[in-house]
Amino acid sequence: MTDTSQPSADAPARAANLRHQTVAFAALGAFFVAAPLLMYPIFLMKVMCFALFAAAFNLLIGYVGLLSFGHAMFLATGGYLSAHAAKVWGLPPEMAILTGTATAAVLGLAAGLIAIRRQGIYFAMITLALSQMVFFFYLQTPFTHGEDGIQAVPRGMLFGLVDLSNVWAMYFFVFAVTGAGLLLIYRIVHSPFGQVLQAIRENEQRAISLGYRTDRYKLLAFVLSAALAGLAGATKALVFQLASLTDAHWSMSGEVVLMTLLGGLGTVFGPVVGAFVLLGMENYLAQLGSWVTVVQGVIFVICVLTFRRGVIGELGQLIKKPL
Amino acid sequence: MDTIFGVPTQALFGQLLIGLINGSFYALLSLGLAVIFGLLNIINFTHGAQYMMGAFCAWFLLNKLGVGYWWALAIAPVAVGAFGVLIERLMIRHLYQLDHLYGLLLTFGLALIIQGLFRNEFGSAGLPYQVPAELAGGQNLGFMFLPKYRAWVIVASLVVCMATWFVIEKTKLGSYLRAGTENPQLVQAFGVNVPRMITLTYGFGVGLAALAGVMAAPIYQVNPLMGGDLIIVVFAVVVIGGMGSILGAILTGFGLGVIEGLTKVFYPEASNTVIFIVMAIVLMIKPAGLFGTQK
Repeated sequence: MTDTSQPSADAPARAANLRHQTVAFAALGAFFVAAPLLMYPIFLMKVMCFALFAAAFNLLIGYVGLLSFGHAMFLATGGYLSAHAAKVWGLPPEMAILTGTATAAVLGLAAGLIAIRRQGIYFAMITLALSQMVFFFYLQTPFTHGEDGIQAVPRGMLFGLVDLSNVWAMYFFVFAVTGAGLLLIYRIVHSPFGQVLQAIRENEQRAISLGYRTDRYKLLAFVLSAALAGLAGATKALVFQLASLTDAHWSMSGEVVLMTLLGGLGTVFGPVVGAFVLLGMENYLAQLGSWVTVVQGVIFVICVLTFRRGVIGELGQLIKKPL
Repeated sequence: MDTIFGVPTQALFGQLLIGLINGSFYALLSLGLAVIFGLLNIINFTHGAQYMMGAFCAWFLLNKLGVGYWWALAIAPVAVGAFGVLIERLMIRHLYQLDHLYGLLLTFGLALIIQGLFRNEFGSAGLPYQVPAELAGGQNLGFMFLPKYRAWVIVASLVVCMATWFVIEKTKLGSYLRAGTENPQLVQAFGVNVPRMITLTYGFGVGLAALAGVMAAPIYQVNPLMGGDLIIVVFAVVVIGGMGSILGAILTGFGLGVIEGLTKVFYPEASNTVIFIVMAIVLMIKPAGLFGTQK
């Protein structure tokens, strides 16, 4: 469901694509290294976590054409499990994050097996319903502490060496996690596996007739996306030292859709820009309270009606290269 | 006191009744969704917000203008339906050439706007709405107490559902609609004004949601958030039933309401999630839904 033109398959063009995207990656990295001079590191860490979350979501919608309206369940699962592992089991941060990510991947496998049985609109409704089921589960199960959430999660010592309670250590740890996650997604998209995914998006029947077992490809993409969303949630739980029900609510699923739509569906950098813009806006509009929902709705409507390529998609159109 | 499977009959029938009430709303709402989806090919995420608008419309009529429940039953669907027509003409119309998912995203955004505006105005607390005097009180059936209003809701929604089924399946107008679902270009070529039909269909579906909202007002409180969570359950109902058949939507709606009610009696912890679990099971066995055909 994208309007963006696709990278052509011939080798020189692809090399050129990769070159300018490398430049864009470097610029993005440089931005997040320099940004703490101007902005609060906590805000930037939040942006990075959500950028990874949105990029994970975009892996499905942008490259497989599957709109998941339930990605909050993976964010919340990553968050709850990593918070629980760090606080109650006393695991070091790297193991806590791994626990959250792995659990999100397992949930992704279960949800994916059910959801990929239908396409298009049904896929969106099924993922939304499953995510609502997970929400009620976290509301009722004791270990999440209901409305209170898991509070005062210790950040711990990374690999027993680095004290993450230092804000700069935490900042560059989040930087590394998000960077690695984005590079992994970039790698997936440009691998032969990613090419098959895009073929499925363009014409699933044709991909099937070429002998690809599209269900398996879709399922693997779904699990990868779920795991990366879980990674974002797990990291976020350590940043804020909190895992709460907000992350599991359907409005969170809507928010990640909006970030990706605003930044540009099916672009590598769109989700990052979308997360930055939307969170920045929410920061400024915080004093408006519940008006934030209205503003989000208005942005949704404007994006869908007039701005379907998103910020990065339009930019890519301008320089005639996919970003 | 009598018991069935170790559960007091009073509680069992009480929950069955609540199940049927919820089922009435599931049926009305999923019917509206199915009608809209049939012709427009979009999933109307605004449906929950429009249901809420119906309830608020009734509240307004009563508290600001002194117009009672029975008139609200007629006025609210028309007013909210007209609002739906406006939305279709101004916005949704532009999306027919695009991927259907954009329709979902647009209506999701609209739902956020509408819910946000109502919440800013009225807060999250519910506003009470009186049961109309004619339907106050109830009947003791011996094994349980049946409030008149609840019986009315079940009967009325059955009648509305059946009337809709009749219009769509058995009348000339309905045959146009069904033909438009199959092949809009051809129907247009036969001289039927398809764009107008689409607009009115959307208005009708939205009107059904508003009607459900008015009927819900005396049972649940009138609350800006009343439609937000409900619509997700209705989506699950729609997935279970499959959107192919009108009768299927009605049956699934009532059936799942009853299942949910029974779950409240036998295993209350799962009552919030049982419909989603049923959805997962149905998808594993019959991916197209109970009454659907896979496209």
